[in-house]
Amino acid sequence: MFKYFEPNKIFAITSKAPKYVLFLFIVVLTVGLTEALILSPEDYKQSDAVRIMYVHVPAAWISLGIFASLGLLSIGSFIFKNKNFALIAKSLAPSGFTFNIIALVTGSIWGKPTWGTWWAWDARITSMLILALFYGMYLLAWRIYENKDQVIKITSLIAILGSINVPIIKFSVDWWNTLHQPASINILSTNTAIHSSMLVPLGIMTAAFALFSLLIFLMKYNTELIKLKNKGLDRL
Amino acid sequence: MINEIISMNGYGAYVWSAFSFTLISFTALYFVTKLQFSKEQKRFASKFGSLNVEKIRAARSQKINREILSNTSNI
Repeated sequence: MFKYFEPNKIFAITSKAPKYVLFLFIVVLTVGLTEALILSPEDYKQSDAVRIMYVHVPAAWISLGIFASLGLLSIGSFIFKNKNFALIAKSLAPSGFTFNIIALVTGSIWGKPTWGTWWAWDARITSMLILALFYGMYLLAWRIYENKDQVIKITSLIAILGSINVPIIKFSVDWWNTLHQPASINILSTNTAIHSSMLVPLGIMTAAFALFSLLIFLMKYNTELIKLKNKGLDRL
Repeated sequence: MINEIISMNGYGAYVWSAFSFTLISFTALYFVTKLQFSKEQKRFASKFGSLNVEKIRAARSQKINREILSNTSNI
């Protein structure tokens, strides 16, 4: 099955896709920003400060999703000994790290008007900070180690260990008494604490952020493939 | 209307700084990634140009190499 996803075969698609994804991202982001900043209503308690949710929540979701993917790809890399898994994971990490930082910074900005503080050593916030450290270690390891087999083993180990933190982040608001509010949306049930007038912009912004991470992934993946081909030319 | 959007009921500084930080991060990441891609593509083209005829023929036999050379600015 993996032979269909070999870099040599999919480069024709991955090299042309970024321009279409970029166009779609700009369209979806424009609609999302209009909804988030102008059309969606203010909250009865938080007033307009609630609009920060439209960048904070999608960024947090996607950074968690990407790290979970890094963990799964790393396990796949160990089991199937397929180096393409490591290449995909390496290409996903920069956007995941950026979304993690965005979630932390926008969360801090949101914290000031709602909780009266920029930062609290609360279970959810601290576990998100730990995730940023794992992302940092993962990206740094790719830069530090030059031996290909060694770097794949080390980065996979970091991703698998860091993945343990993903469910901790998710359930931290239920397991501990935290300043951070519990989850308002449950994808496994129709029970959501958010009104559709806020849920729709949140969904659009999440789609825009997902498109952006896809765009960066494709660009990064193509760069990595060309890097490999550069080394191939040296060996000719 | 414009003033209301800017002030956001007194929360404008928080809301606009959060959105600005996000969009600036997006722009920075996009251009850094694009720069890395262009650099690698140029390096490939220059290495390819320095090969002898036989090696060029061998390199051209791979579809991916032809794709890289044909897409000089595809992002």
